[in-house]
Amino acid sequence: MMLAAIFCLTVLGLSLGYILGYAARVFKVETSALVSEIEVMLPGSQCGQCGYPGCTPAATALANGEAPVTVCPPGGKILAEELAAKLGVSVDLSDMEDGPPMVAKVFEAHCTGCTRCFKVCPTYAIVGGPKQIHVVIRDACTGCKSCVQVCPTECLQMHPIEVTLKTWKWQKPELILALS
Amino acid sequence: MKLFRFRGGIHPEGHKLATTAKPIAVMPMPKYLYVPLQQHIGAPAESEVKIGDQVAKGQLLAHSQGMVSAPVHAPTSGIVNNISEMTAPHPSGLSVRMITLETNSEDQWLNSITSTDPLRLTAEEVAAHVGAAGIVGMGGATFPSAVKLKLSLRHKIKQLIINGGECEPYLTCDDRLMQERSDQVVDGVRIILRAVQAEKALIAIENNKPEAIAAMQKSCGHYADITVVSVPARYPMGSEKHLIQTVTGLEVPAGGLGADIGVLVHNVGTAYAIHQAIRHGRPLVSRVVTVGGGAIQEPQNVEVPIGASLRDVIEFCGGLKETPARLLMGGPMMGQVMPSMQVPVVKGTSGIIALSEQEVSHQAATPCIRCGSCVDACPCGLLPLTMAAHIRSNKLEGAVDFGLIDCVACGCCSYVCPAHIPLVQYFNYAKGELAARQQRKHKTEETRKLAELRQQRIAKEKEAKRLAAEKRRTEKAKRETATQHDDD
Repeated sequence: MMLAAIFCLTVLGLSLGYILGYAARVFKVETSALVSEIEVMLPGSQCGQCGYPGCTPAATALANGEAPVTVCPPGGKILAEELAAKLGVSVDLSDMEDGPPMVAKVFEAHCTGCTRCFKVCPTYAIVGGPKQIHVVIRDACTGCKSCVQVCPTECLQMHPIEVTLKTWKWQKPELILALS
Repeated sequence: MKLFRFRGGIHPEGHKLATTAKPIAVMPMPKYLYVPLQQHIGAPAESEVKIGDQVAKGQLLAHSQGMVSAPVHAPTSGIVNNISEMTAPHPSGLSVRMITLETNSEDQWLNSITSTDPLRLTAEEVAAHVGAAGIVGMGGATFPSAVKLKLSLRHKIKQLIINGGECEPYLTCDDRLMQERSDQVVDGVRIILRAVQAEKALIAIENNKPEAIAAMQKSCGHYADITVVSVPARYPMGSEKHLIQTVTGLEVPAGGLGADIGVLVHNVGTAYAIHQAIRHGRPLVSRVVTVGGGAIQEPQNVEVPIGASLRDVIEFCGGLKETPARLLMGGPMMGQVMPSMQVPVVKGTSGIIALSEQEVSHQAATPCIRCGSCVDACPCGLLPLTMAAHIRSNKLEGAVDFGLIDCVACGCCSYVCPAHIPLVQYFNYAKGELAARQQRKHKTEETRKLAELRQQRIAKEKEAKRLAAEKRRTEKAKRETATQHDDD
């Protein structure tokens, strides 16, 4: 009787082990798939504000668990939440500072038309020519601040995106609980 | 006729008696009208006039642009005084582009206005006329009616339902319209029937409006394809999906439209506006508005020119008894709080409700006791308490899993909640937040494409430079060997 039990368990253990080993080989998930999936979620502007040389290295670091989900400043809180869900990590984002999304804006009186800003813009969001006032296309700006750093006259500054009737939304209701 | 029941719903106090028996008053033309260029869902209209232009009543002020849009017409004759950004009739208090019209007392219609015989028009032509008249959904949704008519032609509509539900408390503008102008409303219904080529029309009216039902039945007497149905008075009967369910027993699929199950719904006010546009060639320049609430001196229904400021309309109704605790556009359940009395009446304004202090609840929220009242009240079969709990802890995706997108924001849950939890307010917040995220995601995708383009361009330039340098080097080497040969 005891032999039968030992036999059964041995066979069960071995066969399950083989199945698992086989499955691990056949259905092996390439880690690079995760990296590319994360890369798609990042802004892709290669701005380098995270401290990594670009979005791909940042995605690799995120996939390896070396970087926190809050690594991407232009992505903000929303991206951090999505990354946390993607990577299955729980993170408390209530303390994360997240102002309104910002875009660059040219203060036209100070623009000399030096063309430095649109050369560094990763998304072609600045248009202009030599000695002509440049302008930022709001919808194409990712808020990476690359242009702010190179502007010699400080005429490029970050501004919060203007709220319009189309983009306005209700605030979260503040719940003041009347507890006796 | 057999009716069906939708689940949930509430019976709020009607407050309709103050206005339902009084005839519609016609408001004298105020000195200034403020006509917003966006009074509808979709792209704003583009101004056609300049400051200083003389305009006649019914003249085009701004043309529609894009697929979903509606033009705007002059509500009376006068001079264009200004075109500027002014406070919109919207809870945000943000501004919208408006044409300020200084009116003259002539109220002179445009000469070129002509009536058309709808029986001679094809379905497409009716839709085109309706679109040119700037008609939008008058129940408050303000979706351009012509777009809806055109879509219906494609969807093969079997049944047209005319929404005379008017389930919101205080509001009686549709009720009065059906009592006083039933012939015109029924004519409008016939025109819509023709435009969408449906077999029959049902005019659904809540049974708390017996006079309106009687008047409409009298006007429908000759027409076999139009039937008046009395539906039980229960909020939100006037919601498109719930009205369809009540009269047909069919449920509109989640995320779908009435047209998906062969039903089209139009408001009685829209039917009246369509009658005016086709029979008399008059664009939508005025509408019936219920002015009510405890803070109003003489509550009544008023025919108001589009663009009249709330202050002018309220003054016509004897002014205010007291400072309103809340000033609403639309009904108290789904209406919007207005930022000031200066904002104008627009095409979708069904009511101006100034609530007194006694009519407003100030009770603070207490913790949810999971009594399930909101679940019983929800007409969409959702779990408001669970969705709100998810949203409270910032798990919007969780709320979406529980059907947030199917919520029609009727507010039944907030109305019945014994703990006074702002449930529908949570849902409105979450929907706005989700839309913003969607936009942001879309932007990220677009900017990524731009970034990739730039990377490719940089790589190409680098490659070109390298090739040029290589070419130069080989040429230089060639020249050097040639000179060497010469030297030899």
